[in-house]
Amino acid sequence: MIKHKSKLNKLVIFVLLSVFAVVSLLPLYWVFSTSLQLSSYQSEDMERPVSYVDANPPKMYPMGIPLYFEHWGEAREAAKEGDSKQEAYHRGMMDHIVDNTFSSYKSLFQKHDVGKWFFNSLYISVVVTLGILLIDSMAGYVLAKKKFPGRNLIFWIIISTMMIPGQVTLVPLFIMVGNLGLMDTHWALILPDLSMVFGVFLMRQFMFSIPDELLEAAKMDGASEWKTFWTVVLPLAKPGLAALGIFTFMSVWNSFLWPIIVLNSAELYTLPVGLKTLQDANLASFKLLMSGAAVAAIPMIIVFILFQRYFIKGLTFGGVKE
Amino acid sequence: MAQIPMGTVPKKETEKLKVIKKPNKGVFQQMKKNYSAYLFLLPKLILFTLFIAIPVVWAFVLSFQDHKVFGSEFAGLDNYIKVFESEAFRIALKNTLLFTVVTVPFSVISALVISSMIFALGKFSQSLFRSAFYLPTVTSMVIIAMVWRWMYNYEFGLFNYVLGWFGIEQINWLGQSGSALWALIIMQCLIPFGVGIIMYLASMGSISQSLYEAARIDGASTFKQWLHITIPLLKPTTLYLVLLSTIGSFQVFTQIIMMTGGGPGSATETLVHLIYKTGFRDFEFGLAAAQSVVLFVIILIFSIIQFRVLRHDE
Repeated sequence: MIKHKSKLNKLVIFVLLSVFAVVSLLPLYWVFSTSLQLSSYQSEDMERPVSYVDANPPKMYPMGIPLYFEHWGEAREAAKEGDSKQEAYHRGMMDHIVDNTFSSYKSLFQKHDVGKWFFNSLYISVVVTLGILLIDSMAGYVLAKKKFPGRNLIFWIIISTMMIPGQVTLVPLFIMVGNLGLMDTHWALILPDLSMVFGVFLMRQFMFSIPDELLEAAKMDGASEWKTFWTVVLPLAKPGLAALGIFTFMSVWNSFLWPIIVLNSAELYTLPVGLKTLQDANLASFKLLMSGAAVAAIPMIIVFILFQRYFIKGLTFGGVKE
Repeated sequence: MAQIPMGTVPKKETEKLKVIKKPNKGVFQQMKKNYSAYLFLLPKLILFTLFIAIPVVWAFVLSFQDHKVFGSEFAGLDNYIKVFESEAFRIALKNTLLFTVVTVPFSVISALVISSMIFALGKFSQSLFRSAFYLPTVTSMVIIAMVWRWMYNYEFGLFNYVLGWFGIEQINWLGQSGSALWALIIMQCLIPFGVGIIMYLASMGSISQSLYEAARIDGASTFKQWLHITIPLLKPTTLYLVLLSTIGSFQVFTQIIMMTGGGPGSATETLVHLIYKTGFRDFEFGLAAAQSVVLFVIILIFSIIQFRVLRHDE
């Protein structure tokens, strides 16, 4: 009896959660759906080409899919009847639908700089992530495992700045980047990102769990500090490195405020900045805008699906006592 | 009686000698001995000093200066007086506060309810829903803002279409000052607080089952168990999440610049957007620095208050 009741409860909960989940995923779905929506379609019985992108009521799925299959069926019928003219017409419509479905992706890469922006975002994110992993694990290692004068002072100074909102440093950083001659270069993004301190904290916590005996054994074997770090410490810190790497990549890939301040040349833009200018210039073309949004969203979605557990590890780290 | 080993006395002597020697040479010797530790720290320290420490100090200095292209003048409290006298700042502060006061409790409570529901399910459904609610969080706010702008579109938007089902007239969501800020607030509330859900789930997993068993023996209902065991034990997580989302909410920017640009009028002006405009459109660096220092102080005060409030009634 009780079991039955709890099973029913679980079903109710499952249904409720599914509804919430659909609501929360709807905007993302809408990005992809709109990006693949037919923007011009002219069938036999319609005089003017119709656009489903800004149709009212909104179309909830890409209209090309059913229309494609409709023409496919018609073409087959025509082939059976031997009506080659009709068949050619429907085959043509099928090509037209496919072209139109992906048209905005094509024009993004051909007419706009989206390919370049994508590459910029990718290489900046990779450079910063690799840099942070190396620099922060070096710092975290010595802060956790070495005793030297000033250790605690350095740690607390670094950590205390985590409380200061990034906006405080915007103006001085802007002036500084200008003085260093880095304005409108990718260095202006990479260097301040490399100075983020969260990773030092995270890596220090991870390094505590490495047993001292291992480090001493490496020392006995005559390994240098660097060799010990590279061959003993880093492999042991892999889970921490994975979590830090993913969070760094995500925050750099998505960062927006600082890049729109320091970048002026369109060919240097990162994807978020590029998307903003795309929106400013093409307010009307929602299909194009949503395609741009999809291009920026896809890599993060793939990274998330591949490395889910590291996302969770990184989020719960330090925040949850176990 | 056991004999005192001969070696002990001289050993103690040397220990004493060491203690006396330490203040003279010890620190430097230790620094010398650990030079590799400093080398390991060096890259981070250089970057940190250049791009965080100096800019933070500089921000405070700038806020007391009238910044000119060639040299700056000391301006005393002028910038701060300007900040507090300006209508724009007051509006931005009011908007940011309203945004925070509505969205933070809503986000945290909904994360608590959703994660409690997820926790009641089996392992597979748990990871399924956890991913579903976290996924929107990994995509950039730029993308979310773009699609929401489309959904709020007056003629073709999803929202006005759905309202139409109930016979409600179309609303110019982002285009009129009465609804624009609320449109942004509704959007923030409907974006799942993925971090919160994951943190709550992890914390729930670490609560001892024996507590629930004891409560069950006492005849407490599931709801009562949730109210009297789960929620109190999740308090540290709740505190952390409230702090996190409050700080995030005070820094709201991307939605504003992507969707309304602070308008119509200044209906959706927020603090960070105002700092951005002051600093990088009007190039009033001193004033922008003062605004950002005030933002910092506000965030600090809120953090301290929340810490106190949520700690005290434990």
